[in-house]
Amino acid sequence: MLLIKCPWCGERDETEFSYGGEAAIKRPLKPKDLNDKDWADYLFMRKNTRGLFLEQWNHSVGCRQWFLVERNTVTYEIISTKRMNSDALNSEVSQ
Amino acid sequence: MNKYSAFSLFKNALTNNKNWQASWRDASPKSKYDAIIVGGGGHGLATAYYLAKNHGMRNIAVVEKGWIGGGNTARNTTIVRSNYLCKESSLLYEKSLKLWEGLSQDINFNVMFSQRGVYNIGHTLQDMRDIERRVSANQLNGIDAEVVNAQQIKEAIPLINTSATARYPILGASLQRRAGVARHDAVAWGYARAASELGVDIIQQCEVTGIRKNGSQVTGIETTRGYIESKKVGVVVAGHASVLADMAGIRLPLESHPLQAYVSEPLKPVLDTVIMSNAVHGYVSQSDKGELVIGAGIDSYIGYGQRGSFHTIEHCMQAIIALFPNFSRVRMLRQWGGIVDVSPDACPILSKTPVEGLYLNCGWGTGGFKATPGSGWTFAHTIANNQPHELNAPFSLDRFSTGALIDEHGAAAVAH
Repeated sequence: MLLIKCPWCGERDETEFSYGGEAAIKRPLKPKDLNDKDWADYLFMRKNTRGLFLEQWNHSVGCRQWFLVERNTVTYEIISTKRMNSDALNSEVSQ
Repeated sequence: MNKYSAFSLFKNALTNNKNWQASWRDASPKSKYDAIIVGGGGHGLATAYYLAKNHGMRNIAVVEKGWIGGGNTARNTTIVRSNYLCKESSLLYEKSLKLWEGLSQDINFNVMFSQRGVYNIGHTLQDMRDIERRVSANQLNGIDAEVVNAQQIKEAIPLINTSATARYPILGASLQRRAGVARHDAVAWGYARAASELGVDIIQQCEVTGIRKNGSQVTGIETTRGYIESKKVGVVVAGHASVLADMAGIRLPLESHPLQAYVSEPLKPVLDTVIMSNAVHGYVSQSDKGELVIGAGIDSYIGYGQRGSFHTIEHCMQAIIALFPNFSRVRMLRQWGGIVDVSPDACPILSKTPVEGLYLNCGWGTGGFKATPGSGWTFAHTIANNQPHELNAPFSLDRFSTGALIDEHGAAAVAH
């Protein structure tokens, strides 16, 4: 089981959280300009990264906040967790 | 190659079993092939076998980064069934089931396919409505299926808890009698042996590190054992599909998750069929060795580590004990994880790609083992003819932009 540090509540067991998948997927700013392929890319296509990955989790039975987790998807090691804000979302995954 | 038969068993017994040949050639890569299959699991080996057998392509190779059948093929719970709701998927899985029925004879290798039936249990009125609907859909598609009530379940499976006071009482089930289990290792070995016999090079310890293109045409693969040229490359790598597709600049609608399974210590025969339950979320059968073979759901997060979380194990065991209280005293012997690539509609992708000559077979999620023969059959057709077989045409990568998704999620007799 993962031990996840909620940026609001501190370290808690994985069972308190729900997984939200890939972070920083940008909603199209001009949806009317999108063709079917672009929509498919936004709705369905995912990085599914093997290695360092920026993802979102929700402390669903705690504070109910969404936040960001940088995690290694092979070793499952959590590198960092941070509050969801535009700076965090725009930063690249550290290498 | 020696043909396996009662006579060959007898003959080799006379010489203390010292003269058996290796089942397949452990080949080294040639510089060029007519087609390369990346991934030496069941699906990849089946693809190579049917490419050689049905389409006459003999100058082909299977490249595998580890060893034959060391991935998900050896990490599943071996259940084979075809009782899916949607027409597209039920026809594909039924093609597989028909191939399973003749597979041991076809490849001259006993895959121990045992049609012991699969029960999908319903615990609520809504479960039973869904079961009736799915059974009716199966029958319309020419697939054997029936609805059974709790009493019939109890008669067939004496150990199961059908008490009305159970936390999740059993109301009934769907039953597919032609469904069952097969020996997973034998499927990989059998296909490898049969493909090798037809001239297919099986290259182990050969990891693909890049896919070379000329414009939009694939020209070959970079591997840890050198560059191999081919104008047709079929990628069949389950959990690592996104990693391989990325090498060719293709984005996929997949997420890879750990899926765990467990076997118990060996017991005397207690269960001669397969039980699956959505509501409590577990499935169980008993192997020929006597072990209970148990599987559950995926871990929620993306993971490539071939292991999952302990609470997932606990949740699964709770489900099994709810169904079979007697099993509470059974000790688990082994636990392991595989990496499954889950697609948004819980259906596979068996498809051409925007890169000419590059073909994808992925997205099987938690249910790929049962599809091994049909997947290989249709994927071989797709590669050989550069166009899909009618059975896998609906499973194209394009469906995510056309919107023609096959909504098997939550309808496929197992929760995802």
